[in-house]
Amino acid sequence: MSEKDSIQKRIENRNLGFWIFLGIMMSWPIFYPNPYYLNVMIFTGINTLVATGLNLLFGYAGQISMGHATFLGIGAYCSAFFTVKLGWNPWLGFLIGVLITSLFSFLIGLPSLKLRGYYLAMATLAFGIIMETFFVELKSITGGPDGIGGIPALSLFGFKFHTDLRYYYLVWVIVACLTLLVINLVNSRAGRGMRALHESELAASVLGINTFRYKLAIFIFSAIYASIGGSLFAHYITHITPESFSIMHSILIVVMVIIGGMGKIWGPLLGAGIMTILPETLRAFEVYHEIAYGLILVLIMIYFTDGVAGALNFVFKKIPFFNKKLIS
Amino acid sequence: MVSKAQLLQFIVSGIMVGSIYAIIAIGFNMIFNATEVINFAQGEFVMLGGMTTVTFYQVFHLPLWFSCILSVLLVTLVGIIFERLAIHPMKHFSVLNAVIITIGASTIMRGGTMIALGRDNMSFPPFTGTGDKPFMILGSSIPQQGAWIILAALLLVFGLSLFYKRSIQGIAMRSIAWNKTAAELMGVNVKWIVMLSFAMSAASGALAGVLVTPITLTAYNVGLILGLKGFCAAILGGFGNFWGAICGGVLLGLLESLGAGLISSGYKDAIAFLVLLIVLFLRPTGLFGTVKIREE
Repeated sequence: MSEKDSIQKRIENRNLGFWIFLGIMMSWPIFYPNPYYLNVMIFTGINTLVATGLNLLFGYAGQISMGHATFLGIGAYCSAFFTVKLGWNPWLGFLIGVLITSLFSFLIGLPSLKLRGYYLAMATLAFGIIMETFFVELKSITGGPDGIGGIPALSLFGFKFHTDLRYYYLVWVIVACLTLLVINLVNSRAGRGMRALHESELAASVLGINTFRYKLAIFIFSAIYASIGGSLFAHYITHITPESFSIMHSILIVVMVIIGGMGKIWGPLLGAGIMTILPETLRAFEVYHEIAYGLILVLIMIYFTDGVAGALNFVFKKIPFFNKKLIS
Repeated sequence: MVSKAQLLQFIVSGIMVGSIYAIIAIGFNMIFNATEVINFAQGEFVMLGGMTTVTFYQVFHLPLWFSCILSVLLVTLVGIIFERLAIHPMKHFSVLNAVIITIGASTIMRGGTMIALGRDNMSFPPFTGTGDKPFMILGSSIPQQGAWIILAALLLVFGLSLFYKRSIQGIAMRSIAWNKTAAELMGVNVKWIVMLSFAMSAASGALAGVLVTPITLTAYNVGLILGLKGFCAAILGGFGNFWGAICGGVLLGLLESLGAGLISSGYKDAIAFLVLLIVLFLRPTGLFGTVKIREE
């Protein structure tokens, strides 16, 4: 088999895993439409989206952002502001959110992405703190600490997404489309450039990759994912406050990516799943839930060096069927 | 318009708060130099220092000075246990995983403190003078606790620079920061040094907590924001550099206090962090950072 064929085959196989997963996600609510689980899974979907974007930046291109909740916030506040205060079409708010996020991420990425490691982390963190202050202080636009309420439901050609079940499908179809986009992107020429950048920026630039342009493009791309997540979040919970877009949330998104497994397609999904569902499950522990939560975080990181996706890869590689079909 | 005395007052309180940030930043640097890890639990050491002192002083009615010493020792022990239970057992040491472990550990410390000591804001009296006899310098008042804070920060840095220059452990720590593999080949016991740096870092965090509590109150959830400010101070000065940490901390404190006093208290964080961003863009490795940015 020629080299090209084998790559073609591998890409097809990767998509097989994706379609199986999609089938499961789309069918379980039909058999088991429990509103509480739907609610948790909607948040999982939104977090998956944001983590997928960050995984592209952090996991594949190796550039950290500790300010991603800010882009989530920009998306959410655009959706809220243009629909509630100006009464525009929600999809227009979505679009404006994406545009403004692109602009902001371009402006902050341009000087920041020259920094490395913890210095880049600090710069994006500082950006997050500055924007968080604006979310609280610009009361005429953001509603201050009280936030903006009464955000209308989304609708498409007269079909309203006002029930949990309908919103679940909306969120997960978007997650599926955007995950597929990432899968294709990672296996494209741009994706190979991106991974080369992660291994060694110097070597990548010697090979003729314009590393800075790649970094900036991926930064904007991943910020857009967060913005879309933010808009979906705003239209679902209908009342947003600055707390949802704080530094704590930025850190949580980074934790999701690392816990799930950096640079792996399934990583963000697993990370977002664990970090969203775990606090819900741990409520049973009442006051001890924070301790249990921290303990699980510590244990996962001690024993799964490559995150949960890395550990699952390791397990699946032992099973011949999966080894051939599903693992890239 | 602000008067000269007011301006001086802002500067004095900036230096006071900045010294606290500096002590926290020094704790970050200790662990960073030995492991390249940023310890997100650093702020929790500060919180624990304050909270345990309050407990010893108010619940067990121990003398204040004894409570402070006991609390620093206890938190040092917490630091050692943390390193032994969470950092040490990692099979393949990875910096990122260790960073997430410190986030997990900070959650555990926060949760544990909340259960053991409650959710209330707490405080204890200043070390000397119960607040109504501040020093007066050029028309601005320095609370006596503020003088203690600045004194402690200076003593700490002075003591540490002696430690790093003269003692064998200190030299071993510096050698690890410079080149871990070479240090290991020269017979430095890296595991022991890592544990020692966690212990020292926890002790300095606790010291910051003990010093700051009389002027700002403490509660189980103050750790995160103090930790972030300390991290910011460490970055501002150049990560890993102790004198840089002092300058970074004081600069951050000044920016906050002048920003709040002269421009707007609501935007004080935004102002401080905006200046930080500008500094980073002009000097990508902080004010006193080395030229060596990375190894590939």
